[in-house]
Amino acid sequence: MISDSEKQLRIIGTQINYYFICKTKLWLFSHHIQMEQESDLVSLGKLLHSKSYKDEKEYTIDNLISIDFIKKRDYLELHEVKKSNKMKKSHEYQLLYYTYYLKNKKGIKNIKGILNYPKIRKKATINLDKSKEKDLMDIIEDIGNIINNETPKPQKIKICRKCAYFEFCWV
Amino acid sequence: MKKNYYLMSDGLLKRKENTVYFVNKDVKKPIPINKIYAIYAYGSLTFSSQAIHLLAKEGIAVHFFNYYGYYDGSFYPREKLLSGDLIIKQAEHYLDHEKRIFIAKKFVEGAAKNMDKVLKYYSLENHISSILNDLDGCNKITEVMNVEGRIRADYYQKMNQILPEDFEFEKRVKRPPENMVNALISFGNSLLYSTVLSEIYNTQLNPTISYLHEPSQRRFSLALDLSEIFKPILVDRLIFYLVNKKMINADDFEKDLNYCLLNDKGRKTFIKQYDERLKKTIKHRELNRKVSYKRLIRLESYKLIKHLLGTKEYKPFVMWW
Ligand code: SF4
Repeated sequence: MISDSEKQLRIIGTQINYYFICKTKLWLFSHHIQMEQESDLVSLGKLLHSKSYKDEKEYTIDNLISIDFIKKRDYLELHEVKKSNKMKKSHEYQLLYYTYYLKNKKGIKNIKGILNYPKIRKKATINLDKSKEKDLMDIIEDIGNIINNETPKPQKIKICRKCAYFEFCWV
Repeated sequence: MKKNYYLMSDGLLKRKENTVYFVNKDVKKPIPINKIYAIYAYGSLTFSSQAIHLLAKEGIAVHFFNYYGYYDGSFYPREKLLSGDLIIKQAEHYLDHEKRIFIAKKFVEGAAKNMDKVLKYYSLENHISSILNDLDGCNKITEVMNVEGRIRADYYQKMNQILPEDFEFEKRVKRPPENMVNALISFGNSLLYSTVLSEIYNTQLNPTISYLHEPSQRRFSLALDLSEIFKPILVDRLIFYLVNKKMINADDFEKDLNYCLLNDKGRKTFIKQYDERLKKTIKHRELNRKVSYKRLIRLESYKLIKHLLGTKEYKPFVMWW
């Protein structure tokens, strides 16, 4: 069973991601206006993950909070696998949020976040410090403001064409 | 690509793993579950409960039609895409008279403009746009309905000039239809209603809250509302096509003193051509993308959602060709 707090964790993670991508998307998702089909991109993401990291052990928590895998060293290493580093900021803050959550709600100290970009063979390490934590809090507050207001008008951006909301936004 | 499945004969639907089989004494037809968009059952259909479970899990609706080809009801699986916020907005727009009548008028406007397009295509002058002007003065739903009725009367009367002589008809008679054109219209409208319902199912709209029709009129009355816009495009134009091309003629009907119905052969022809129309694509102006006629119905639902959310005022779809 997925507990409410874990569900919440996953939802906010997605919201942080969308916050950086598109405010309309953030709003629609938060109000449960979801499109029915899985886009090809989603399945590509899944494929990429299972191909490149198939030896990694999955923890239950992985599926819940969409952290792709976790490694235990003398600290905890959270890994996220991404297709490209184009939306780096959203990936960064999503991971920071999980770190923040595990630290404050679960009392796990010493966490490192690592973003993996297998396609370009790159990695980035993410650490939660005071100023990042402050940013994170501001972002979460801002998300709250956005979703409690009217639907933000869609703005045409590059990713629209591949977005599941394309028809919805532009019809 | 998912498809609509039209089952014309009696039979049994049963499941084996992820495949549904349609079985009777003549056929055993396998239908892989991920290929089914919706099922339309014209014969009498028996289900195994495993088949129902699978259809429910995959969110596939089954629409049932009776002996006359009329819509009887649907197996409408538990909704997967719920949005509490949207249902509240939907209800608010129903309860607030101003808001309701705005949407109701839009549906009538869309229907009328599409009827006008159909007649214009055949170069037939008509009074639709002038009757439509009366919509402005309407303050009650019954008045809006009345304008719609007058438009339809004008439209049906003009239809005779498109139809070959043996298909001419006096007026629209619904149940039971007493002549060939009425039989075709009734049959087509039932089919369209189910198609619209399947599209609504795939959105967060609640099909029981409607604006032009009273929600008490039929369980899924929102499908009645949206059907209005698409009847001229998807049903009426198809009828002219079938009849004028002689693809359907007097042999395709079963006649009695009191009624006239399409027979099996007629139904098959109609449904086949209807389904081809649904799949046909046009280049959508706003989206700059190809969309099928079926998808146009979905887009109409999206537009309604946006109106309800206050993102963009609803403008009904009107053919631009
Ligand atoms: S289509 Fe464009 S504007 Fe709409 S949600 Fe997607 S990214 Fe945002």
